[in-house]
Amino acid sequence: MTSAYLIRGASLPDGTVADVRLANGVIRDIKAVPAHDAGRPGAAQRVSDAGRPGSEPAGTVAGATVIDGSGCVLLPGLVDLHTHLREPGGEEAETVWSGTRAAAAGGYTAVHAMANTFPVQDTAGVVEQVLRLGQEAGYVDVHPVGAVSVGLEGERLAELVAMARSGARVRVFSDDGHCVADPVLMRRALEYVKAFDGVVAQHAQEPRLTEGALMHEGAVSAELGLTGWPAVAEESIIARDVLLAEHVGSRLHVCHVSTAGSVELVRWAKSRGVHVTAEVTPHHLALTDESARGYDPVFKVNPPLRGAADVEAVRQALQDGVIDCVATDHAPHPAETKECEWAAASFGMTGLETALPVVNELMVETGRMTWADVARVMSEAPARVGQLTDQGRPVAVGEVANLTLFDPAARRVWDPASGYSKSTNSPFKGKELHGRTRYTWLRGRATVQEGKVVERV
Amino acid sequence: MKHLLSTKDLSRDEAVGILDTAAHMAETQAREIKKLPALRGRTVVNLFYEDSTRTRNSFETAEKRLSADVINFSAKGSSVSKGESLKDTVETIGAMGIDAIVVRHSASGAAHRIAHSDWTDATVINAGDGTHQHPTQALLDAYTLRRHLMGPDPLGQDLAGVGVAIVGDVLHSRVARSNVDLLTTLGAHVTLVAPPTLLPIGVETWQCGVSYDFDRTLAEGGLDAVMMLRVQAERMSAAGGGYFPSANEYSREYGLDSARLSRLPAGVLVMHPGPMNRGLEITSVVADSAQSVIVEQVANGVAIRMAVLYLTLTGGQGGAL
Ligand SMILES: [Zn+2]
Repeated sequence: MTSAYLIRGASLPDGTVADVRLANGVIRDIKAVPAHDAGRPGAAQRVSDAGRPGSEPAGTVAGATVIDGSGCVLLPGLVDLHTHLREPGGEEAETVWSGTRAAAAGGYTAVHAMANTFPVQDTAGVVEQVLRLGQEAGYVDVHPVGAVSVGLEGERLAELVAMARSGARVRVFSDDGHCVADPVLMRRALEYVKAFDGVVAQHAQEPRLTEGALMHEGAVSAELGLTGWPAVAEESIIARDVLLAEHVGSRLHVCHVSTAGSVELVRWAKSRGVHVTAEVTPHHLALTDESARGYDPVFKVNPPLRGAADVEAVRQALQDGVIDCVATDHAPHPAETKECEWAAASFGMTGLETALPVVNELMVETGRMTWADVARVMSEAPARVGQLTDQGRPVAVGEVANLTLFDPAARRVWDPASGYSKSTNSPFKGKELHGRTRYTWLRGRATVQEGKVVERV
Repeated sequence: MKHLLSTKDLSRDEAVGILDTAAHMAETQAREIKKLPALRGRTVVNLFYEDSTRTRNSFETAEKRLSADVINFSAKGSSVSKGESLKDTVETIGAMGIDAIVVRHSASGAAHRIAHSDWTDATVINAGDGTHQHPTQALLDAYTLRRHLMGPDPLGQDLAGVGVAIVGDVLHSRVARSNVDLLTTLGAHVTLVAPPTLLPIGVETWQCGVSYDFDRTLAEGGLDAVMMLRVQAERMSAAGGGYFPSANEYSREYGLDSARLSRLPAGVLVMHPGPMNRGLEITSVVADSAQSVIVEQVANGVAIRMAVLYLTLTGGQGGAL
């Protein structure tokens, strides 16, 4: 198999149409071509490439595999700040191998693996284990997130420096799944990570205000008789944390912002110069609490799906840059934890394989964002939050070839059972996805080819 | 009507149809031989995840009076207590070739989930799900109201113009939700009376009035019935100091005692879905007063449940009553 590629006629994030050559793991060459030269439709172009005269194998030019990229957009490989890979301990739902294949299929070249594994990623040993599993799988770069507190119990700081100095070089710390609710512990964590320019990623959920909470608190929860998860439980923690981050001069990242009030708080904090970044999930961009009406727990997630005004607010905030990143909060669960009554079901949704189509449909096709904006919110900004240097880079000559080729016009009805995640708890099941990842390259090696994950032998 | 999951799903005509059918059922229950052949050969499972002897007895009586074969499946002492899932239980029951499941569950939406899953094809009747709905309770309440308030021949009638106050723990009450939906569909005007802590956020979107002041609501008049909800004493000690500070304060502000009853016209009905906390939300004198229809509610429950089983399982084509 060649490791050189010539991608013809794809759009770059800035809208330029170009032929892009990848070799030796880097972007070797970019030649802008007039848009009208870019052949279409794709299939015909591929046939004509294959039919070119010469001694080259079919579909190759000068030793490079030729890909007709017309109609497609070539993005920097996506970077997820919020992925639950479940290994060690939750292999029934996902493994590092299966989860990173799902990530590659979704266009990702790096994921941050959340710390709520069993054992918890709260020591150098466990984060190095997850790092190694990621390297062995070889589909995306796996950056383990370190727990803030020992065992995610919210009582004592975990050994953050040990994790930062480990082979996993952890920079993002989070008790995600739990809120670092104790204000003193949160203050200490924010202060402590300054030593190595780390960041605390907070799952903002005031625990006392959300005891037994099952869905967004509002008219729908009142009608359905499901205990409410009020917006204020998220917003009060964000308000506290941005003030703490300002006070100690540290860096805060807010996970899965879901309410209009949270957006206002992040906007306000940024206007004061607080070092705060924020993410939104595809499901909070796409879905509202109305989804709970059928009591199907596939729509049960934490924080919960919110009201229509909240959804519009997070879309607008992503468009405005108040929210920096789209992060999946990919949370696979075995079927039996969703095939039950709402109260008994697990919180969480898968997202790696659907994130880019959802963003395309909601933000690009609507004219709210450009592909450069998508590259920023799904690759550049999350890489910066995670302190990654070889990810989230421009599509430019000399850069490491972490790339994804996305066909925004492709359409398919999403069947999670046909995907690469081990779990099928996708809220987009049965919906038409707007676009499809054709190729993903990790340091110049194709991890996905024509929509299929490349098997490694 | 294949299932009965929520009173929200009922149109005015469907609801009136159930009340009329229940009236016919009640007539048959005055006969010497009470048993009807309508559900002969049909099997109904009472699947109860919560202890509720009264509701289960009411359904079981209704099922037997219609000649159905009855299986009682209570979560206690069964495989459920060993951790069997709802899905497995329903599939196991479904494999026995049953026609209807009457389900009582502490999780809101449990009946809806069973009805809309591929776990079973059986008719599902919601006998109370969490804090969501208890449709047969609301139907028997509507039936009781209609019998007393809509003249000597209430057949075919709804509850147009009837005023009902529902007082107490609305937040945790499936009875309140079911009644707001059903009574308003039938043309009644409902006022919810409760401390703000026991009303859900979002109640302002419901088709009813809301009052924090029981005495003012009583003084404003226009009431034909006052329905008292059960208040669980443990709500006082819940997280954050409880929903109300003490039983005494609750009774003083929201309890129905003789003094409050005396300020109501003699024809106003006193209702309670049971079981009552005598001395908390209602005093014994009021519960046992001439205006109380609480015992009658229980009797009407059998007729309503017969009507619901009959209509869902036969579509009204079950032969002579
Ligand atoms: Zn979280």
